[in-house]
Amino acid sequence: MNVLNILKVAMRSLGRNKLRSFLTMLGIIIGVGAVIAMMAVGEGAQYNIQQQIASLGTNVLLVFPGSINQGGIRIGLGSRTSLTPGDLEAIQTQCPSVAAATAQVRTGAQIVFGEQNWGTSVLGANPSYFTIRSWPLSLGQYFTDADVRGATKVCVLGQTVVDNLFQGGNPVGATIRIKKMPFKVVGVLEPKGQSAQGSDQDDIIIAPYTTVQKKLMGVTFLGIIMVSAVSDQAMVDAQNQITELLRVRHKIQPWEDNDFTVRSQTEIANTAQATTQVLTILLASIASISLLVGGIGIMNIMLVSVTERTREIGIRMSIGARSRDILYQFLIEAVVLSMAGGALGVLIGIASSDIISALANWPTLVSPVSVGLAFLFAAAVGIFFGFYPARKAAILNPIDALRYE
Amino acid sequence: MSEQMSNLISVQHLIKVYQMGDVEVHALRGVSLEIFRGEFVAIMGASGSGKSTFMNIIGCLDVPTKGEYILDDIDVSRLDRDALAKIRNEKIGFVFQGFNLLPRTSALENVELPMFYNNVSSKARREKAMEALRVVGLEERWNHMPNQLSGGQQQRVAVARALVNNPSIILADEPTGNLDSRTSVEVMEIFQQLNHQGITIVLVTHEADIAQYAKRNVVFKDGRIKRDFAVEKRRTASEQLATMPAFADEDEEVIELNMTPEAKEQKERMR
Ligand SMILES: Nc1ncnc2c1ncn2[C@@H]1O[C@H](COP(=O)(O)OP(=O)(O)O)[C@@H](O)[C@H]1O
Ligand SMILES: [Mg+2]
Repeated sequence: MNVLNILKVAMRSLGRNKLRSFLTMLGIIIGVGAVIAMMAVGEGAQYNIQQQIASLGTNVLLVFPGSINQGGIRIGLGSRTSLTPGDLEAIQTQCPSVAAATAQVRTGAQIVFGEQNWGTSVLGANPSYFTIRSWPLSLGQYFTDADVRGATKVCVLGQTVVDNLFQGGNPVGATIRIKKMPFKVVGVLEPKGQSAQGSDQDDIIIAPYTTVQKKLMGVTFLGIIMVSAVSDQAMVDAQNQITELLRVRHKIQPWEDNDFTVRSQTEIANTAQATTQVLTILLASIASISLLVGGIGIMNIMLVSVTERTREIGIRMSIGARSRDILYQFLIEAVVLSMAGGALGVLIGIASSDIISALANWPTLVSPVSVGLAFLFAAAVGIFFGFYPARKAAILNPIDALRYE
Repeated sequence: MSEQMSNLISVQHLIKVYQMGDVEVHALRGVSLEIFRGEFVAIMGASGSGKSTFMNIIGCLDVPTKGEYILDDIDVSRLDRDALAKIRNEKIGFVFQGFNLLPRTSALENVELPMFYNNVSSKARREKAMEALRVVGLEERWNHMPNQLSGGQQQRVAVARALVNNPSIILADEPTGNLDSRTSVEVMEIFQQLNHQGITIVLVTHEADIAQYAKRNVVFKDGRIKRDFAVEKRRTASEQLATMPAFADEDEEVIELNMTPEAKEQKERMR
């Protein structure tokens, strides 16, 4: 019997028991759907991190106070206050592979302009921050190195802040109040839109870091130093140069650990990616259990079907069906069930990952690989769980099958 | 004629023992028989005498416990499952008492079924199946499901299925067991016609008048052959049918005997 004919016979006998066939498929539909949705959640998170690397630039290094252990977990970050303005200056001037460096200190603040009120985050930085992040202006100017030295009360606004405080007016030259202190607005940044994590990057005010430290926070240490290397290839050199320089500056003895950490964006992202990968695998394995349960459902129904159709098997054998003809007939029935379930499951999976991303505001990504994998897995489940019942039918004795009541 | 008289089936000392737990059932206790090409054999005997067991073995549906079986010069006792399936497909056509058609499958598709297992093209399959239905006089019912056909019609579909692959032999185990007398003779008419065209037929029956349509009778008793003889006054089914009036006219008087007075009165009024 050729494949096409076997397929026809299989479709017909499944069509005869539509409800039963559908309920049997349901296990596979839910299983495949769950695998795809869970993988979409995990892969969405990974895609997110990759986007983050791309948006931050591949030549960016971050210097944190405190040390990071081998597992990548930061210990005591923020509680150490080891980085100083002198370190920043030294990195900028003494490391040949460093192109630019900026401090980063961050605080939240209430902003007032006239009647308007807006809560946002204030970032203290050097003018090189705008170069490193390649962030152009739409109006006015950046603040200058002189502003940093003099801790001048000037600032540059993100578009969201402008929208909320000025309602269309030109803010350049205006004076706003940050924590009740007057700041002069010198420029407006071009909108960057949402970050990869979905936060609004334009909801920000950037001022000289010295001003933020002294006037807004009352501290002298730096939060993070952000550095750009002269090229992607110079990343390792830059990292080594900074490490050596800071060890000398901080008078760290050879047997002592660093009191700072230099990490590239890529390294940080890779750590996060490894974590989400584990998450993806975990989610997918839990979902595949339901696929397995679906497979057992197929096996159960196929066993019932073989018993019910024992006489049919006997008739087919009496007119010349060989064992393998019977085997294929039932096997293909099981595979058709699982593949049809797999196809519907793919649709359900794609739909539910869209729903998840809409409801939970979590980015999801349905990759062709995950669809292909889930589908193949479903077919394999059909073959695996269909084989036993099909074999049971194929090895029946013709005369016993014919006499079966 | 010499071709017609050559040996088609030859069994020697056939023994079949069924093991039922501790009990051994001796269904065949040493059966030896030769059947020639073109023969029409009726196998008779009491219930439980081993007729069906014998048929299943010569039909390659079952294997003997002991003994030799040669079909068409092939030593069947040495073949494996797949080879037996091939022989059933190409050389043997079965007709059973219970028709054994696939339910919810049209007459045509039922007749096509054997050809699915020897890779006949779908066009040739359809043509040959229609031709077989024409032989049994059911070409107009080709798209009817078994449950839309009478018992006699279902059995004729089964006969069409048995002959569609041009078998060397048709084996029929009590084919008229579930049929009334007239449809029984109709089925025998088809068998006689096929036999006339050269197909060998072996038929099991316990009705002596049905056995009279065959050329040779073999009588089984307790798993052995008790008698084997040529039929003396052979009946011709087509002649018999001509003398058999249709049911309604024939039995009018008999039915009247069964009627209550009220029913008779009602019948009078309807005239
Ligand atoms: N599958 C079987 N298992 C056990 N005993 C069987 C089986 N088939 C037939 N028999 C026994 O073998 C004997 C012959 O049966 P069978 O060939 O069917 O007789 P017949 O067809 O002449 O009525 C009977 O005694 C019957 O009970
Ligand atoms: Mg019998």
